[in-house]
Amino acid sequence: MRLWSLLFLCIIFTRVSVAQNVPIVNRGDLYALVGTNDDTLRVVNFWATWCGPCVAEMPHFEKLERNKGTQKLQVIFVSLDFASQLQKRVVPFVKKRKLQAQVLLFDGGDPNEWIDHVEPRWTGSIPATLFLYKGKRIFYEGPLTEQELLSYVNQIKQLP
Amino acid sequence: MKQLLFIALALCMSNLALAQYKTGDQARDFKLKNIDGKMVSMSKFKEAKGFIVVFTCNHCPWSQAYEQRIIELDKKYKDKGYPVIAINPNDPDLQPEDSFEEMKKRAKSKGYTFPYLVDDTQDVARDYGATRIPHVYVLNKEEGKMVVRYIGAIDDNTEFPDKVSKRFVEDAINDLIDGVYVRNGNTKAVGCTIKWKKS
Repeated sequence: MRLWSLLFLCIIFTRVSVAQNVPIVNRGDLYALVGTNDDTLRVVNFWATWCGPCVAEMPHFEKLERNKGTQKLQVIFVSLDFASQLQKRVVPFVKKRKLQAQVLLFDGGDPNEWIDHVEPRWTGSIPATLFLYKGKRIFYEGPLTEQELLSYVNQIKQLP
Repeated sequence: MKQLLFIALALCMSNLALAQYKTGDQARDFKLKNIDGKMVSMSKFKEAKGFIVVFTCNHCPWSQAYEQRIIELDKKYKDKGYPVIAINPNDPDLQPEDSFEEMKKRAKSKGYTFPYLVDDTQDVARDYGATRIPHVYVLNKEEGKMVVRYIGAIDDNTEFPDKVSKRFVEDAINDLIDGVYVRNGNTKAVGCTIKWKKS
């Protein structure tokens, strides 16, 4: 699905609400993202600036992104901060930590209406991480160690 | 026979791991320390027709966003027989803002009208199956037992109370008061992860 990659680039670079490269995305955008089934391995991490365990595990994800080399891999941080906090908290956070991975802010409204569409097993706590690769998916709710993160990346590659 | 026993045991254990209340389940009572130092159990509320049990804490922004609405729920439904009981299950070693001392301060400064209990073993949160904060369980007394009738979010807009269109908890209690089947027994919401003790 090259189409989706293109769409995603469009979202990142042309959306009106782009602010310091942290675009605000809506439900449609997020459903498209978690519905990708191409040969890029995507690690979609749901977090928020004030979520301690989320912030603690971010360096592992950043390392994965920075060390990916020529692998078709993309780490995407989806912030669940309130959209009103984009400039006040999210953008400064991204700048301060010099995050290389793509950061999106998801403004989805009533979670009860979208959580199940993202992942039915998700109870709604963060951090939560989705691994997507060639139509396969692994979902994990809770903080990950670096080792766990890497083992899920390997696991999804090996899934039939 | 041995194999059967093993399978039965395995099943039991998997059930244990997944133990989590669903609507219709009987909720267990608890005996937890309130911010005033006294122990609180549901059984002490002789007049209660049920409870709004809220797993919450001090530090979580989603809890803070809902704090005033939790106070209003208590004020509105206490007299109708459904008082709020707030329970903080977070491990204060992992989240010092959620310590017992900080709970006392927070309840006082915000004017909590309800018990704010500390679940220091985290057994109650675990038994109920709470995963995030805030996480609400509406219980209804039926034939002397507390039955779970609603699990989920308070309403559909965390950030803007004035933009709420669906009041899930109120709708559930109103259904209970009207004596009808709770139409929406389960909702999902985003929330802070409960800070479980490192075992």
